Amino acid sequence: MLRYLMRRIGGLIVVMLLVAVIVFIIARVVPGDPVAVMLGSSATPADVAALRTRLGLDQPLVVQFLIYLRQIVTGDLGQSLFLNRPVLQAMADRAELTALLTLMSAAIATLIGVPVGVISAVRRGTLLDQAATALSMFAASLPSFWVGLTLIEYLAVKMPWFPVAGWGDPGAGFGEHLHHLVLPAIALGLPNSALIIRFTRTAMLDVLGDDYVRTARAKGVGPMGVVVHHALRNALIPVLTVIGLTIATLIGGAIVTETVFGLPGVGNLIVSAVLRRDYPVIQGSLLVISGIYVLINLAVDLLYALVDPRVRF
Amino acid sequence: MAAPRSPARQLLARLLRRRLVLFALVALVVVVVAALFAPWLAPYAPGRMDIAHRLAAPAARHWLGSDEFGRDTLSRVLFGAQQSLLVGALVVVLATVLGTALGLLAGYVRRLDAPLMRLTDALMAFPDILLAIALMAGLGASMFNVVLALGIVYTPRVARIVRGAVLVLRELAFVEAAEALGAGDLRIMLVHLLPNLLSALIVQGTFIFGYAILTEAALSFLGTGVPPTTPTWGNMIATAQQYMGQADWLILVPGGAIVLVVLSLQVLGDGLRDALDPKLQRLL
Repeated sequence: MLRYLMRRIGGLIVVMLLVAVIVFIIARVVPGDPVAVMLGSSATPADVAALRTRLGLDQPLVVQFLIYLRQIVTGDLGQSLFLNRPVLQAMADRAELTALLTLMSAAIATLIGVPVGVISAVRRGTLLDQAATALSMFAASLPSFWVGLTLIEYLAVKMPWFPVAGWGDPGAGFGEHLHHLVLPAIALGLPNSALIIRFTRTAMLDVLGDDYVRTARAKGVGPMGVVVHHALRNALIPVLTVIGLTIATLIGGAIVTETVFGLPGVGNLIVSAVLRRDYPVIQGSLLVISGIYVLINLAVDLLYALVDPRVRF
Repeated sequence: MAAPRSPARQLLARLLRRRLVLFALVALVVVVVAALFAPWLAPYAPGRMDIAHRLAAPAARHWLGSDEFGRDTLSRVLFGAQQSLLVGALVVVLATVLGTALGLLAGYVRRLDAPLMRLTDALMAFPDILLAIALMAGLGASMFNVVLALGIVYTPRVARIVRGAVLVLRELAFVEAAEALGAGDLRIMLVHLLPNLLSALIVQGTFIFGYAILTEAALSFLGTGVPPTTPTWGNMIATAQQYMGQADWLILVPGGAIVLVVLSLQVLGDGLRDALDPKLQRLL
């Protein structure tokens, strides 16, 4: 287990190094001189030269990359060009909303995905099963921003049950924040329930044919008991994996959803950074989010080993 | 005596046995034909303004209503189909070519395997949409750049599947035979391995087509995709946002078009996967 862990962490470091290279390259493919873009049209050549020196852009690329790497390792992701504060700080300020949105969406995706998947497997081959499969494909075909706009139109404007946009007043309580996140979480969670439906169905089908399920049935355990206590318990292991991966995907989806609902989260920060060409923020958020993504993947694999005693590394 | 059926005919027969797949195929053909013949089918030019009938609800004059400039929604959705389908198709081509090349090299040339796979791991460490908007920030908003960015985003998926298939195929006798006959690496990859990857590539291409349409729409919605002057489905939804309260058809029509096409592609991809070689099903 320890050796496996060390190997995985080694691999993770290699991948994150490559991620840093990609992030570094993306900021360098900008057409034209990024410094001229940053300073605007009123900058004199002397200003441009001064900023280039200050940012180290007059150094060879390899040196620039090493400087960049040293900054990352020391936790310095640079300064936002527009917000006048460190990138990491700007992200941290908005992290609560995005984390909450991601978790709520994951909860909704799970609450749709697991029951539908279970019913689909238990009623295999029936109309209900086909309906569940159709639902999963339909969900996967939904653009989350479109679902969001439609929800706003019908459940916030025509029926004023939920707030149209935003996250409530700065001093708003937790409950009010949650109320603001209901529609965004549905918009993000519904499309992402598709994969959970499919995985739950497959995992349940695998388990339902097993001997121990037959034994439980033979011993007179009722149908609900068999499904919930015996089958679902074991099917949950692969389902947990897919929920973990869904959480990672949801972080990306939050970028679009936060824009639809005007939520001041990390996604919103990224979109405004892209529109304003605030490169330090774009680079920093790419690094942080891919880091979280990679860590979630690792955590899911390790969880797998913890939950299932048969998995040995 | 019945003529022996070709593999393609058999595949088609197996594919169409599922009614849902048949519906999906028909829907896709209709959409593609409608997009190709948009200049003849559309009742109006996509940019033509009918100022007297702005934000008109669906009626005889504008079947699917009109937008804030009185432009015909049906006509714009038809022309939008051209853009959205073109972007999707080009992304599939780009991702398939790049991904196949990387996957063949990683799977067949042993010393390239680890470096190329770590590269795909790194690319897949970004959520799709995040990598896409970051690339668009660097490249600038244009249709060509959307294709380029999404092509890069979906390349690793193809590369992984191709590599997985090549690792299985390279152990088979026919590859060994070709090696024994003195065929070079390039010849083995292109002549012997590539044709065997075709079905896996077709299935994956179908799914990527759908993802690309969804992600393109999201990029355009965020203002980092195809410039708003071109009526793609995503752009139509983005501009319609402000008029949503008065004219919900402006959102429902292009959104419905996206769902119809992406859903059909998923059903088709699923059907293809089931109908194709069962040996490949494990890999996809």
